[in-house]
Amino acid sequence: MNYTFQFDLNAQDWAMLFNGALRTMLYSFAGMIIGLLIGIAGATWRNSRIRLLRSIAAIYVEFVRNTPLLIQIFLIFFGLPSIGIRLSADQAAVIALTFNFGAYATEIVRAGIEAVPRSQIEAGQSLGLTWFENFYHVVLFPALERVYPALVSQFTLLMLGSSIVSAIGANELTSAANSVQSRNFRSFEVYAIATLMYLCLTLGFRSLFWGAAQFLFPNRRAVGVAATGAR
Amino acid sequence: MRDFSFIDFNLLLFAARWTILLSLIAFFGGGLVGALVATLRVSRSPVLRRIAQIYILVLQGTPLLMQIFLAYFGLALLGVDLPAAVSATIALTTYASAFFAEIWRGTIEAIPRPQWEGSSSLGLTRTEQLRYVIVPQAMRIALAPTVGFAVQIVKNTSLTAIIGFTELARASQLINNATFQPFLVFGCAAAIYFAMCFPLSVLSRKLERRLHVGRAGLARQ
Amino acid sequence: MSVVQVSHVNKSFGHVPVLKDVSFTVERGNVVVLIGRSGSGKSTMLRCLNGLETIQAGEIKVADFVVSAPDVDLRNLRQEVGIVFQHYNLFPHLTVEKNVTLALTVVKKMKQPEARAIAEKVLNQVGLLEKINDYPEQLSGGQQQRVAIARSLAVSPKVMLFDEVTSALDPELKEEVLRVIESLAEDGMTMILVTHEMNFARHVADRVIFMHGGRVHEEGAPKDLFENPATPELRQFITSTRD
Repeated sequence: MNYTFQFDLNAQDWAMLFNGALRTMLYSFAGMIIGLLIGIAGATWRNSRIRLLRSIAAIYVEFVRNTPLLIQIFLIFFGLPSIGIRLSADQAAVIALTFNFGAYATEIVRAGIEAVPRSQIEAGQSLGLTWFENFYHVVLFPALERVYPALVSQFTLLMLGSSIVSAIGANELTSAANSVQSRNFRSFEVYAIATLMYLCLTLGFRSLFWGAAQFLFPNRRAVGVAATGAR
Repeated sequence: MRDFSFIDFNLLLFAARWTILLSLIAFFGGGLVGALVATLRVSRSPVLRRIAQIYILVLQGTPLLMQIFLAYFGLALLGVDLPAAVSATIALTTYASAFFAEIWRGTIEAIPRPQWEGSSSLGLTRTEQLRYVIVPQAMRIALAPTVGFAVQIVKNTSLTAIIGFTELARASQLINNATFQPFLVFGCAAAIYFAMCFPLSVLSRKLERRLHVGRAGLARQ
Repeated sequence: MSVVQVSHVNKSFGHVPVLKDVSFTVERGNVVVLIGRSGSGKSTMLRCLNGLETIQAGEIKVADFVVSAPDVDLRNLRQEVGIVFQHYNLFPHLTVEKNVTLALTVVKKMKQPEARAIAEKVLNQVGLLEKINDYPEQLSGGQQQRVAIARSLAVSPKVMLFDEVTSALDPELKEEVLRVIESLAEDGMTMILVTHEMNFARHVADRVIFMHGGRVHEEGAPKDLFENPATPELRQFITSTRD
C-alpha cells in the first residue's frame, strides 16, 4: 500500500467538524425531548378506549417502524413543499428525527405504563384522583423510570441515525465531514476522525444519561419492587 | 418532466430486488460472523472477550453511514477496487454481525445459572455445554429479536442510496427528480418497504408472545 | 342514620356470581367485620363500597352518596370513604409525606404547608411522624401499612374500609397495625374490616357478618357468633381458623 495517512487538518476544518458535532447534538436533543412528549401522548392513545385514537397511534407507530428513516426524510423534505410548506434542510431534518423518535418512544413508554401494577392505579383512584391526575402523579414517573434504559438506547440510535440527514444537505457532523474531505481529498482520514467523534458522542451521552439517572431517580430501586407487597 | 405511472412503480419494484438481495446477504453473512463474535464475547479468555467487546462497541457506537463511507474509501486505499454496492454490503454485514452478537450474547446470559451448573456437573466441557445445553435454549429466546433485527437490516439497506447504489431508496429519488411528485413516489417506496418489513415485524411479535406464554406455562408447573 | 346501606346487592364477574342478595347496614361509629372463606365475596363487597367494583343489581348508599348509581360522583365519594389495601399500595417514587399529601394537594387543592400540617397530624396518629421524609422502601411492612392508613385518614373520611390489611405482614408486624386500627375505633371512626384475625374481630367489632358463597350467612354480635354459631358452615369456619 503506497498510501501515507495524513491526519493534518487545518483549524478551519476542525472548526467545521466541531460545529457539525454540536449541531448533531442539538438535533438529537430536540428530537428526543419533543419526541418523548409525542411518545407519552402516543402511549396513552395506544391504550385509549377511543378507537380513533388507538388507530391513529397504531398507524403512526407501524409506519415509522417499518419504513426507513431516509424515506421519511424524503417525504418530509420533498413532499411538504408540494402542499405549500417550505422547509429548510435543517428544519426538515429536525422534524423527521422527531417524527421518527416519537414512534419508538410511543412503544417504549407504552411498555412502561403497562408495567405499572394495577394496584397502584387503584390506590390512586381510591384517593379520588381523576384519570389525568392519576396518570401524572402515579403512573408516569415510575413508568419512565422503568423504561429509562430503553429510552437511552433508542436515543443513541437517534443520534447515530442523524447522520442520514446529510443526504438532504442538513448541516451536522456527517455533512461537515463530507465538506471537509471534498476539499482536502483525505476522505478516509476525515471520515475516520468523524467516526471517532461520533464514538465519543456515544460514550459521552452514555455517561451523561447515567448521571442524569442518579439525579432524576434518587431512590432508584423504589420502582416496582418496594412499597407494594405484591407486584 | 413526466407523470408517475405504472412503469415507474415497476422500476421501484425492480430496484427493490436489490434491497432484498442486500438484506439477505447482510442477514446471513452478519449472522455467521455474529455467531463467531458472540462466542468470543462469552469466551473464558478475557483477551478474546475484550476484542469482541471493542468490535461490538465500535460498530454499535458509530453511524452505519460512516461505516459505509469508511469501507468504501478504506478499501479503495488498500488498492481493492470494488463497486460501491460491494463495499456497502460488507459494511452492512459487519454492522449486522455486531448487533447479532450482542443480541445472542444477551440470550446466552439469560439462561439461568443452574443450567450451567447442571451440565458441568455431568462433566461437559465449556464448548459442549454451549453446544448441547445452552445454545439450543438460547436459540429459542433469540428467535424473536433476531427476526426483529432483520427489519432493521432491510431499512438500513436504504443507506446505500447515499453512495449511489440504485436500490429502492435511490430509485425513488431518481424517479422523483423526473416526475416531481414526491408524495406519490416516496409514498410508493414507503409502501414497498412496509410490505417487506411489516410481515417480519408481526412475525417477531408473534414469536415473542409465544415465547412468554410458553415460559409462563413452564413457571406454573 | 346509617352511614352505609347495602340493599339486595347482586354482582357477577362475567357469568360467575360473587354476591347474591347481600344486605346490611352500618351505623355511625360502628365497627363491622366481614369474615368468611376466600371466595366468599367479602373483599368484593368491600370494593363495591367505594366504587372500585360495580354491581349488577341492588343499591349501595354510603355517606349520602348513592354509590350504585351510574352517575355517582366518585371523586367526592372517595374523599368520604378511605380504603386500605392488603398490599399497602404506597407510591414508591414518593416520600411518605408526599404519599399522604397527594390527595390533599391534588384533589382538595390544598396548599403545601396546610397539607403538610395534616400529614404530620395523621402520621403522628399512626406513630410514624419521624419517617415523614423517608421513602416506602425504607420502611418495614407494618410501617408501610400504617402509612397507608395515614394516607387514607388525611382526607378525613366518614368511613374507613380495611381489606385484609394484616394478611401480607409477618406475624410480629401485625400487632402495630392492629393497634392503630383499634385506636381509630376508639376515636369513633365508622369502619368495615375484612380480616382473618378472629381474635381481633372478637375484640374490636360491634357486629360481625359471616359471608359464605356470596351471601350473608350469619350476622350478629361477635360474642354470639363466635360462641354460639348457628349454622354448620360458620362452625366449620371457626374451627378451621382456630390456631
